[in-house]
Amino acid sequence: MDSVDSASAAGAHAFRAVAIGVSTGGVHALQKLLGELPATFPLPILIVQHISADADSGLAKLLNDRCALRVKEADEQDEILPGTVYLAPPNYHLLVECDGFLALSADPYVSFARPSVDVLFESAAAVFGPGLIGIVLTGANFDGSRGLKTIKQRGGVAIVQDPADAEARQMPQAAMAATRVDYVVALAGMAALLQQLVARPGTIPRDKNGRDD
Amino acid sequence: MKTDDVEDVEIHLLLEGVQRIYGYDFRDYADASIKRRLTHWLAESGFETFSQAQAQLLRSRSVFESLLRGITVNVTEMFRDPAFFRAVREQVVPFLKTYPFVKIWHAGCATGEEAYSMAILLNEEGMAGRYRMYATDINEAVLQKASEGVMPIAEMQRCTRNYQKAGGRASFADYYTARYDRAMLTAALKKDIVFAPHNLAVDGEFGEMNLVLCRNVMIYFKPALKERCLRLFDSSLLPGGFLCLGLKETLERRKMGDRYEELAAPLRIYRKRYG
Ligand SMILES: C[S@@+](CC[C@H](N)C(=O)[O-])C[C@H]1O[C@@H](n2cnc3c(N)ncnc32)[C@H](O)[C@@H]1O
Repeated sequence: MDSVDSASAAGAHAFRAVAIGVSTGGVHALQKLLGELPATFPLPILIVQHISADADSGLAKLLNDRCALRVKEADEQDEILPGTVYLAPPNYHLLVECDGFLALSADPYVSFARPSVDVLFESAAAVFGPGLIGIVLTGANFDGSRGLKTIKQRGGVAIVQDPADAEARQMPQAAMAATRVDYVVALAGMAALLQQLVARPGTIPRDKNGRDD
Repeated sequence: MKTDDVEDVEIHLLLEGVQRIYGYDFRDYADASIKRRLTHWLAESGFETFSQAQAQLLRSRSVFESLLRGITVNVTEMFRDPAFFRAVREQVVPFLKTYPFVKIWHAGCATGEEAYSMAILLNEEGMAGRYRMYATDINEAVLQKASEGVMPIAEMQRCTRNYQKAGGRASFADYYTARYDRAMLTAALKKDIVFAPHNLAVDGEFGEMNLVLCRNVMIYFKPALKERCLRLFDSSLLPGGFLCLGLKETLERRKMGDRYEELAAPLRIYRKRYG
């Protein structure tokens, strides 16, 4: 019921942002996915990659060097700009404010993580509603499944990396168990899918792989 | 019916009510975080909706205090961001040493770890007895804990690691005595720290400070409240004084920005210019 509503809602809205959650195997997965998106990709991309608390900002630099899109570690109160990729900094949650700016928080761990995918997804869903595309990639835990469910409940689109394609399959599987996912795809097809979605929202047939709510 | 919009209205009304009845003003807190915390508090409190909670909240001080504890999250640790404390030791302390006596304000000190870390650092740098610290927070329950200076012993391992990375010169174990599962900080660390309630959203300045630290507090504030805090810090600081923010906070887009120079670039240590 909910999924039928949200499917049509997603078609009727222009997409406003992409939110990605990823853990184990993420450096490789993000390089591949972001590397295949052109500099003209029109949406902001918000990413939570689980990372140790005292990591430096090397990942943003690495991705920025290898991608056509601009990649940066999020600073508090960054304006969310199209065609820009924002990575949650180590040891901070990344959230979306209702005015379209980013916020950071040093709140306790959520889903055993800081930054937590659930925190990003839930706050982004509250602001972007049907205009949000949520993606869960490889990871060896359960973070992101509750958030992806919220994204669906607010009418957004859910994409999950095919567990068979993922370096660690738990996170994709947990997401698929938690909500009815719209697309289950391998990393190789994901950038193309995003571009199609953005060009013509709502016209691509969805997989039936996810569970119905 | 869009239930989340109803909830946004309820939250707005609730914060309005809290401000008018109790004088605590959370209306200028960044919405995403405060919404998360309020939702969490609601789930724990047993009320079904914010409207239902509102009636009790406005009449019962104890319900309000549980809300206050829920809203003000007090996560902190000794020598949080060791590289920052190392930079204070190496680049700020030499300036502080040129004064016979310095005053330091920790705004939003939570359970006090940041102030105690600074006391350790200053004592090791030969400044014992030459400073007074004012450590303030909105939440009186955490201030009570802060003044006791007792921490779970389980945290000592991480503290020790941070302390060493921050350039500590002694053995961290010298700074506490273990009793059962608790670590009690030594009296030498406590004696020059004054813990006091202070609300950055409504209260005034502290005069003639050489160093102000406000780390991971303003990230929860909307721009207008950030500007208020920075004005407060600016009028509290002596020329040539230092302002330290959290690692992900910056003066870049702030009105006050050009009155400060950045000292240790990525570590958010700023120095107030003369004149
Ligand atoms: C995340 S802690 C930061 C602790 C420490 N400065 C650090 O960086 O580790 C934030 C603290 O800010 C306090 N706080 C929140 N709003 C405040 C206000 N309006 N005035 C003063 N303190 C406030 C909270 O009670 C909490 O203890």
